[in-house]
Amino acid sequence: MLTLGRAHTRGGRLRSRLAFALGTAALAASMAIAPLGAQAQNQSGQGTPASDKVDTLGAIKARGYFICGVAGDRPGFSFPDSKGVMQGLDADICRSVAAAIFGDPEKIRFTSLTSLTRFPALQSGEVDMLARFTTWTLTREASLGLDVASVYFYDGQGFMVKKSLGVKSALELDGATVCVTQGSTSEANMVDFFRAHNLALKPIVIEKVEQVRDALANNRCDAYTNDSSLLGSLKLSMGPAGDEYILLPDIISKEPLGAFVRKGDQRFFDIVRWTYIAMLTAEEGGITKTNIDTFRKTRDPQNQRFVGETGDLGAALGLDPQWAVNVVKAVGNTAELWDRTIASLGIQRGVNRLAKDGGLQYAPPMR
Amino acid sequence: MTALNNDIQAHNRQAAALGTFFSNVAVRRFAWQALAALALFGAVFWLAGNLHHNLAARNIASGFGFLTREAGLPIAEHLIAYTPADSYFRALLVGTLNTLSVAFWSIILATILGTAIGVARTSKNWLLAKLSSIYVDLFRDVPLLLQLFLWYTILQKLPPVRQALNPVAGVFLSNRGLSFPVLDWQAAHGWTLLAFVLGLLATTLYAKRTSRKQLDDGRARSFWPVAITLLVAIPLVVGFSLGASVALDMPQPKGFNIRGGATVSPEFFALLVGLVVYNAAFIAEIVRSGLESVGRGQHEAARALGLHPKNILTWIVFPQALRVIVPPLTSQYLNVTKGSSLAVAIGYQDIVSVATTSMNQTGQSIELVGVIMAVYLTISLSISLLMNIYNARVALVER
Repeated sequence: MLTLGRAHTRGGRLRSRLAFALGTAALAASMAIAPLGAQAQNQSGQGTPASDKVDTLGAIKARGYFICGVAGDRPGFSFPDSKGVMQGLDADICRSVAAAIFGDPEKIRFTSLTSLTRFPALQSGEVDMLARFTTWTLTREASLGLDVASVYFYDGQGFMVKKSLGVKSALELDGATVCVTQGSTSEANMVDFFRAHNLALKPIVIEKVEQVRDALANNRCDAYTNDSSLLGSLKLSMGPAGDEYILLPDIISKEPLGAFVRKGDQRFFDIVRWTYIAMLTAEEGGITKTNIDTFRKTRDPQNQRFVGETGDLGAALGLDPQWAVNVVKAVGNTAELWDRTIASLGIQRGVNRLAKDGGLQYAPPMR
Repeated sequence: MTALNNDIQAHNRQAAALGTFFSNVAVRRFAWQALAALALFGAVFWLAGNLHHNLAARNIASGFGFLTREAGLPIAEHLIAYTPADSYFRALLVGTLNTLSVAFWSIILATILGTAIGVARTSKNWLLAKLSSIYVDLFRDVPLLLQLFLWYTILQKLPPVRQALNPVAGVFLSNRGLSFPVLDWQAAHGWTLLAFVLGLLATTLYAKRTSRKQLDDGRARSFWPVAITLLVAIPLVVGFSLGASVALDMPQPKGFNIRGGATVSPEFFALLVGLVVYNAAFIAEIVRSGLESVGRGQHEAARALGLHPKNILTWIVFPQALRVIVPPLTSQYLNVTKGSSLAVAIGYQDIVSVATTSMNQTGQSIELVGVIMAVYLTISLSISLLMNIYNARVALVER
C-alpha cells in the first residue's frame, strides 16, 4: 500500500479518477449500508452525538498500523525518495502520530489522494487522518464532518508569471489568462481577488499541474496561481527554466494547512493535536532528536513531564508515558522537521516560526 | 350430513378457484414481477434512508440546498451569461451546455469525416483506400486522452498573442485561440435568419420532390433557380426591407488578450478535434461495414439500369447500408458524449469539470456525482431516442 508511483503519469491520472469514483462510491456505500440500529443505539439515552463511541485509536491499534492520507506527488510535502520511502512535511506529520501511538514511526501506511478524493477517503474511513496540505476553512469543518486537529503550515496563495511579461504586481493582471489547478480553494480565492479589485479574468481550470506547467511554458496562460509553497517547489523543479519565472509579491489568501480527522472521536483528535504541540514544545525547549535523552535527568519539572519521568500526560491521552519522547526521536522538533522538508524548496520559514521568534506557531502548556 | 357435504363442496370449489387463479400464467407472471419490483424499490428506499441518516449522524451536510448558493467558480467559456456571483445551479447549467455544445459539434463533424473515410476505404483507388485504412488504424488504437494532450500541445505551439498570425484582416490566430469578426446583431438579422431557415426547409422539400419526379420519368429538372430564390433572394429582401446593416465587431489585440469579435478557445478546439478525429475512425468502420453489407447484385442491377455511379451510392447502396449503420452509430454517438468528460484534462469546463470543482467547494460529492450521472443519462437517452426514431424510419419495411 506504500505508494511508490508518481501520480503524474497518464496512468496515474486515470487511476486517480478511478480512485475518486471508488472513493465516492465507497462513501455512498458505507453510509448507505451501515446499519441504522447501531446509530439508534448510540442516540438513545444521554442525547450524546451518535458517533461518540467511535474508537479510532482502538481500531488503529487492533490493525497494527496507522493509515494516513497524503498527496504523494509533491516534493517537500510528500514524495517517495529513491528507496520508495515517502518523504516530506505531510509524511512526517503522519509519522509523528504513528510514533505517538506505537512508539514506532514506521507502523504506517500512506495512501495517495488527490484533492478530490481526499475528503471522501477520510469520511468513509479509508484513512485515519489526512495530512495533504489541506486548508482549514469554516465550510470544511462545519459541513464535511471533519475537524482540524493541528495547523502545521501557514501558507498563502500567490501568482507565478514569466519575467518577460514585465508584471510587478497581481493588480496588473487585468484581463490576464490565469491557469489554476482544479479542486482546491485556489479557484475560489482567485475569483474573489479579481472580483474584489474589479479586474477582468480569463480562467483556465486544468486538472493536473503537469498540464499547467506546459500551458505556462507555452504562454497559453499569463500566470499560474496556487499556494506559494507549491509555486516555489514548481519553480525549483523546473531547473534552469525556473529562472524565467518570478513569484509576485501579492499573497491573496490565508492557507492554514491542517491535519484533518473525522468529527466525533475526541480522544483521537486530542492525540493528533497534542502530538503536534509536543513537537512545538520540543522546539521551544531546545529539545531535539539527538539530545532528548539528556533531558531525562534535568531538574526542570516541565521537561520531566515532557519526557514522561513524572506526571501522567500520556495516560490522559491513552498513550504510553514515553509518547512525546517517541515523537521527537522519530521526527524531531518542528524546526528539525522544517529544515528536513520545506527548507529544501527554498522557502523562508517566515510566519511558520515560533511565536517567540515572531511567527505564528505557539504551543499551549503541556501539563 | 348434507350440510357437511355442502360445506366440503363449497370449500373445494373455492380452493379450485384459487388454484386456477394462481395457475393462470398471466397472473403468475404479474405476481413475480410485482414482487421483484417491490423488492428493488424496498432495497433502494432502505439504502437511501440509511445514507441520509448516516450522513446526518456524521455531521456531513446533504441535500440540494447548495444549488441556490453563490458558486464563486471561475468558468471561462459560457454559452449563457455567467459570472462567479451566480448560483451553483447556473454554474452546473453552464457546464451542461458546454458538454452539449462540444458533443453536438463533435457528433456532426465526426459523422461527416467518418462517412467520408468509410466510403474512401471501400474505394477502388488504391492510395485513397490505403490512406484511409492507415487513418483508422492509427487513431482508433491510441487512447483518446493521449490524443487530447497531443492536440492541446500542438495548439499551444501557435505564436503567443503579441505575435498573433493575422492571415486576413480581422482574423487572429494565436495560442489564445482563433478570433474572428462577428456581426453586430440586430433584430432585422433575426428575421433574415428565420427567412433563410424557412427557405432551407422549403429547398429540402423541393429537392426531394424533384428527385422523386426524376426517378419517375427520368427527366432532369432545373433545381438551382428555385434554390437561389429561396436561400438568397428572399432572405436578402427581408433583411434590406427591415433595414439591416452590416456592421462587424472586429477583434483587436489589446493588453494580454484579443478583445472583441468571437473566439474559439484552444481548449474547446483541442477537445473538438480530439473527439472528431478519434470517433471518426470508429464511424468509418461502421460505415464501411454497412456499405459492404449491401450485396454485389444491388450494384450490378443499378449499373444495368444505367444509373450514374454517384447516384448508385446515394440512391441504391446508402439507403440499404443505413439499416446496418444506424444501430452501432447510436452507440458511437453515446461514446462521443461520454468521451467529452475528459475535458478537464485540457482545461475545458464541461459538466464534469464544473461539478468536481463544486464538489470541492461544497463537499457534497454524493449529490454532485448524482447530478453528473443525471446529465449524462439524460443526454444519452435523448440521443438513443432520436436515433431509434431515425432507425425505425430507415429500417427494412416489410410488406
